[in-house]
Amino acid sequence: MDSTNAYLSPWRRLWLHALLVIVLFFLLAPVLVVVPMSLSASNYLEFPPREWSFRWYETFFGSSEWLQATRNSLIVSSLTTLLATPLGVAAAVALSRSRITTAQILKGVFLLPQVVPVIILGIGVFFLYIRLGLVNSLPGIVTAHTALALPFVVVTTLSGLKTFDHNLEIAAQSLGAHPVRAFLGITLPRIKLSVLAGALFAFITSLDEVVISLFIAGGDNTLLTKKMFLSLRDQLDPTIAAVSSILIVMSIVGVFIFMVAAGTGKGRRL
Amino acid sequence: MSLRLNARLLSALETRSKAELALMVLPSLMIVAVVIVPAIWLGFLSFSVDGMPSLAHYQRMIDNSSYAAIFLTTFQLAGLVTAITVLVGYPATYAITLLPPRLSALALACVAIPFWTSLLVRTYAWMVILQRNGILNGWLLDGGLIERPLRMSNSFFGTTVGMVHIMLPFFIFPLYASMRSIDGNLTRAAYSLGATPTRAFFDVFLPLSKQGLIAGALLTFVLCLGFYVTPQLLGGGNVTTLSIKIQQNVIVYADWGAASALAVVLVVIVGLMLLASRLLGGRATD
Repeated sequence: MDSTNAYLSPWRRLWLHALLVIVLFFLLAPVLVVVPMSLSASNYLEFPPREWSFRWYETFFGSSEWLQATRNSLIVSSLTTLLATPLGVAAAVALSRSRITTAQILKGVFLLPQVVPVIILGIGVFFLYIRLGLVNSLPGIVTAHTALALPFVVVTTLSGLKTFDHNLEIAAQSLGAHPVRAFLGITLPRIKLSVLAGALFAFITSLDEVVISLFIAGGDNTLLTKKMFLSLRDQLDPTIAAVSSILIVMSIVGVFIFMVAAGTGKGRRL
Repeated sequence: MSLRLNARLLSALETRSKAELALMVLPSLMIVAVVIVPAIWLGFLSFSVDGMPSLAHYQRMIDNSSYAAIFLTTFQLAGLVTAITVLVGYPATYAITLLPPRLSALALACVAIPFWTSLLVRTYAWMVILQRNGILNGWLLDGGLIERPLRMSNSFFGTTVGMVHIMLPFFIFPLYASMRSIDGNLTRAAYSLGATPTRAFFDVFLPLSKQGLIAGALLTFVLCLGFYVTPQLLGGGNVTTLSIKIQQNVIVYADWGAASALAVVLVVIVGLMLLASRLLGGRATD
């Protein structure tokens, strides 16, 4: 790599790296803007703020509507993760032991919720839930979010199972371990990181989901993303800067945990 | 004796009963069905009016010129965003591969942070940066570069910026992986045979990374076709994409047939593009 580098003229390297710096700045700009702005003392959005304060955070923590939406979102994301992770792991384990053609077809089915444009899933689920009376209900929202999160869990678990020697689990069973115990005691610890990554993806997917929630998550079960979307569409409320900063900090902590847990450089899969 | 028993047990375990495997997949399949089956159902409904088979919803798409404008906007937006993402993302990714390990890890972390940041948060930030009395206009005015604020938000331009910001990480990560898997010795061999850096790049490196590039570009294009949130918020009513029209048909006009027909067209286009990307360059995400 380094010796390849040496062949590039300094001028060429300069413009490549200058471009990279601009791209990285472009990518980080929103994060760099939102956090300071949320600390502004003024009534409207200004950057950089002339005076600093926590007033928008006070507004956020003083608003029962925002807090309710935040709580709903955390509950839905947690339930989605708790549902999607075991189900997705079970499905992935079954896929890894099925015949290749069956596994390929089923994997394709599991990826469908990520391939089909989300607006189509949104109107479809809305159409179904109207008939079932599940619009704005917690089970309805969690089920839809779980469908979106499952592909991540299935794909990450499958990639973890690729390097796992299935004979180890069979050995445990031949020594008398119950199949469930053999899985929990032998297989799971070895694919732990993949499962954790899948669970994290599931949580973030649910927490970030906007479009389906716009259709089916209203009333008492309004989610944070829906509330943010509606206030953004109607007016630029500075409280959103505070909400956004909280979410940014959460995602940075998430990236940090993920990088520590799984090593660097792995992107979110589609 | 015990050996034979073990052998029998092993073969029994090896061929886990199909019923057991099916039971493990079934709950997940049912949940996926909750979001997929209604979409298919709507697809069938789009071919009927009041329970009678009819192509009226599709006929209207051809007759009504506003639909042509929506298709054009959607494709222009997806095309422009893809072009910018590829033209900027490819050299930037190449630059990351040239960095020493520590710096490349840092660069990748910079790509990962917006990637993990909520889509709404990023869209909000661009609204604030690009709006009429926003940060960018403020700086341009203070710097004397413009006399009147530019209209950047509530427009096609703002939507493009927001979407490029979302698509770049999706493009960079898989491309980086595919570039890293290229054997550096091949480029070095080209140099040692007297190739100029330009020649080595176009004759050796580019063809080797072509698969990742094409797959990434097609994926970007496909994802752009389905965007809803960014055009809605950064377009401010001035950018109507297919997704927005579908939502309007359902929520504003309660016209499920029209929405479903558009959805069918969108799915067919997306499906064909994905098929093309599979045939052309393998799957970017694998």
